[in-house]
Amino acid sequence: MNDDMDFKDKAAWDAADRVADYEHGWSSDIETDFAPKGLTEDTVRFISAKKNEPEWMLEWRLKAFASWKTMTPPDWAKLNVPPIDYQDAYYYAEPKAKPKLGSLDEVDPEILRIYEKLGIPIAEQEVLAGVEGARRVAVDAVFDSVSVATTFRAELERAGVIFRSISEAIKEYPELVKKWLGKIVPMRDNYFATLNCAVFSDGTFVYIPEGVRCPMELSTYFRINAENTGQFERTLIIADKGSYVSYLEGCTAPMRDENQLHAAVVELVVLDDAEIKYSTVQNWYPGDAEGKGGIYNFVTKRALCQGRNSKVSWTQVETGSAVTWKYPSCVLNGENSVGEFYSVAVTNNYQQADTGTKMIHNGKGSRSTIVSKGISAGHSNNTYRGLVRVAPNAEGVRNFTQCDSLLLGSLSGAHTVPYIEVRNPSAQIEHEATTSKISDDQMFYAQARGLNAEEAVALIVNGFAKEVLQQLPMEFAVEAQKLLGISLEGSVG
Amino acid sequence: MLQITNLHANVGDQPILKGLTLSLGAGEIHAIMGPNGAGKSTLGYVLSGRPGYEVTEGEVWFTPHVFPGEGRGPEPKTEDSSAALDPGLRRGTQGPINLLDLEPHERAAAGLFLGFQYPVEIPGVSNVQFLREALNAQRKNRGEAPLSGAEFLKVAREQAGALGMDMDMLKRPVNVGFSGGEKKRNEMVQMGIINPALAILDETDSGLDIDALRIVGDGINRIMRKPDKAVLLITHYQRLLDYVKPDFVHVLADGRITRSGGPELALELEREGYRELAA
Ligand SMILES: Nc1ncnc2c1ncn2[C@@H]1O[C@H](COP(=O)(O)OP(=O)(O)OP(=O)(O)O)[C@@H](O)[C@H]1O
Ligand SMILES: [Mg+2]
Repeated sequence: MNDDMDFKDKAAWDAADRVADYEHGWSSDIETDFAPKGLTEDTVRFISAKKNEPEWMLEWRLKAFASWKTMTPPDWAKLNVPPIDYQDAYYYAEPKAKPKLGSLDEVDPEILRIYEKLGIPIAEQEVLAGVEGARRVAVDAVFDSVSVATTFRAELERAGVIFRSISEAIKEYPELVKKWLGKIVPMRDNYFATLNCAVFSDGTFVYIPEGVRCPMELSTYFRINAENTGQFERTLIIADKGSYVSYLEGCTAPMRDENQLHAAVVELVVLDDAEIKYSTVQNWYPGDAEGKGGIYNFVTKRALCQGRNSKVSWTQVETGSAVTWKYPSCVLNGENSVGEFYSVAVTNNYQQADTGTKMIHNGKGSRSTIVSKGISAGHSNNTYRGLVRVAPNAEGVRNFTQCDSLLLGSLSGAHTVPYIEVRNPSAQIEHEATTSKISDDQMFYAQARGLNAEEAVALIVNGFAKEVLQQLPMEFAVEAQKLLGISLEGSVG
Repeated sequence: MLQITNLHANVGDQPILKGLTLSLGAGEIHAIMGPNGAGKSTLGYVLSGRPGYEVTEGEVWFTPHVFPGEGRGPEPKTEDSSAALDPGLRRGTQGPINLLDLEPHERAAAGLFLGFQYPVEIPGVSNVQFLREALNAQRKNRGEAPLSGAEFLKVAREQAGALGMDMDMLKRPVNVGFSGGEKKRNEMVQMGIINPALAILDETDSGLDIDALRIVGDGINRIMRKPDKAVLLITHYQRLLDYVKPDFVHVLADGRITRSGGPELALELEREGYRELAA
């Protein structure tokens, strides 16, 4: 990270320094906002203590930390990332005035405002009062390292749905958490996932019981606010037999000159006849037009389609981050299980994205669909990387993959890296890939009808991404459309 | 309404328009005919401001008499007016505009419409979405309030109906998979919805079957045959002019207007060809 860091939030830093200098060590001072800078076993203990975690959780974290120290970051992605100094960051930041969980009254108005902008009503009373057009979405808002609010708890509980911050779930539902945590993404899966195991701060836990269709959409909203702080959230969603849930994840971060690390892990488990629809709109700060600052987004997302006829659908709209390294995947163990991946990734200026999916077909008759739309502008680089693997005894597997790249200008790059490993001859695998440019004809046609250059680009790009955008729940789709336009601002002369 | 004086324009380094002078009055329909490669489409592009078409000499003044939003939709709000790009684009301003000073989208907002010789496909964007966004962008630039979804659909339905296009087609992506004739008809639906003051129609008749030609001809008359509008009709054939009677016919050859006359000139051209007429 940057040597010449420009500390704007003096007060927070002073507080952090005071804690770091405290002669009895920091772990005794539980009122602190920050964990001391750097990453040692003590940092891990600090985080665990902050969360009042049971002993087993601390041990799990420490084991992960010991592993992580022996590992090296992956180098196979088409990304150019300067070495990250893991000792030069904070691993835990907590809002000073921590509101009571489950109450929105004291949530930072900024968070409420952003939700409003997303078109997602998080104020329960508004929705309950029947405000016209308000849709019921239960929200878990994660601010820096802490879950600050979870809404609609009571109603969800009546349906038997557990919707909690992961910290609470560890204490309240240790058996469920123990059963699945780290089972989909193993502790040593990759450098960033292992780091997350050691220092994850908060995140969301969802359990949908057998036969329950979750009565509303669930949503987590992540925001990195504190400076120079990594965010490591952890999400675990369990869909029991015959259940269904649609889950939305949104995120933002303020503009900062230095790079900030975001290394999340998301694990999904889907049992017989159950379905999870997981949608993400990722809008972390991408850095400025010269490529200064921005979030390093190294995320491991994986779904275990364990049951017969189980289904997971990943939809992602990735417009933010300086660097994105992310491959939401499906392990299709169940017979006739289904995996879907719909992705739009936009890169502009100096952004880099290496993103895609893995569809691991172990179950008979399992099917997968991959639709990836990459849009590159400015000096950016945008890579689709995808694996389709068919196990020897998985009969009758089908996969369809379509990767389309759209280039704006002549300085950006689009790359497609498909890996296909088929060990069963009955598999039907189709792969289509195209690369195109926004044509002058299209631009002029739209302009001649009254749109300015930026409006024309936004319209054409939205058309290009439509197949993916229409997979999103309504409110997200509208926001995502606007985001595509905004993130390409300045990309046309 | 449109005054083109000594217009010279290059495409790349190549001079294509070489001193073209032409004047269109309000209420007039002018036909332009001329050999392939003469510069007819180039004229349409230059007037619409297509990037890459560089004007090297000459002037173009445009006096839109009526604004497309007139009599349709809500009145402009005062606060919206401040958002207008140029006071000259506002409704009620009657003075001439230097067309060459404006960006393509501003020309559209000022009331200029180009019907394309080769309409362009925009995958994933429905006609309805395209036109609504385009129309509201124009209205914003003129300081008018946007049309709501319902108001827009009403207009779109009327216009599509009048041109014999069903609503399903309007919901399809712009020109994608449309036949040649359907694309041309779609251009006319767009013109009906946008309701411009001045339309340049570049070979709108080519590719149309006999019935479609009549429908499109009727459409041009219905939408554009008004005392305060004008049309520049680029065509190779007399048959469109049987439906849309031009007030003037011009021959464009080698980047200039080489001859002008009344409707009889088109008949003469059809008999004699251009070679005989090249002066
Ligand atoms: N991008 C370009 N670069 C070079 N020359 C061009 C370019 N575009 C058009 N031209 C040339 O400009 C000339 C005029 O073309 P234009 O399309 O205006 O002709 P037109 O009169 O519309 O012909 P048609 O009746 O065939 O439609 C042609 O000789 C064409 O080859
Ligand atoms: Mg032409």
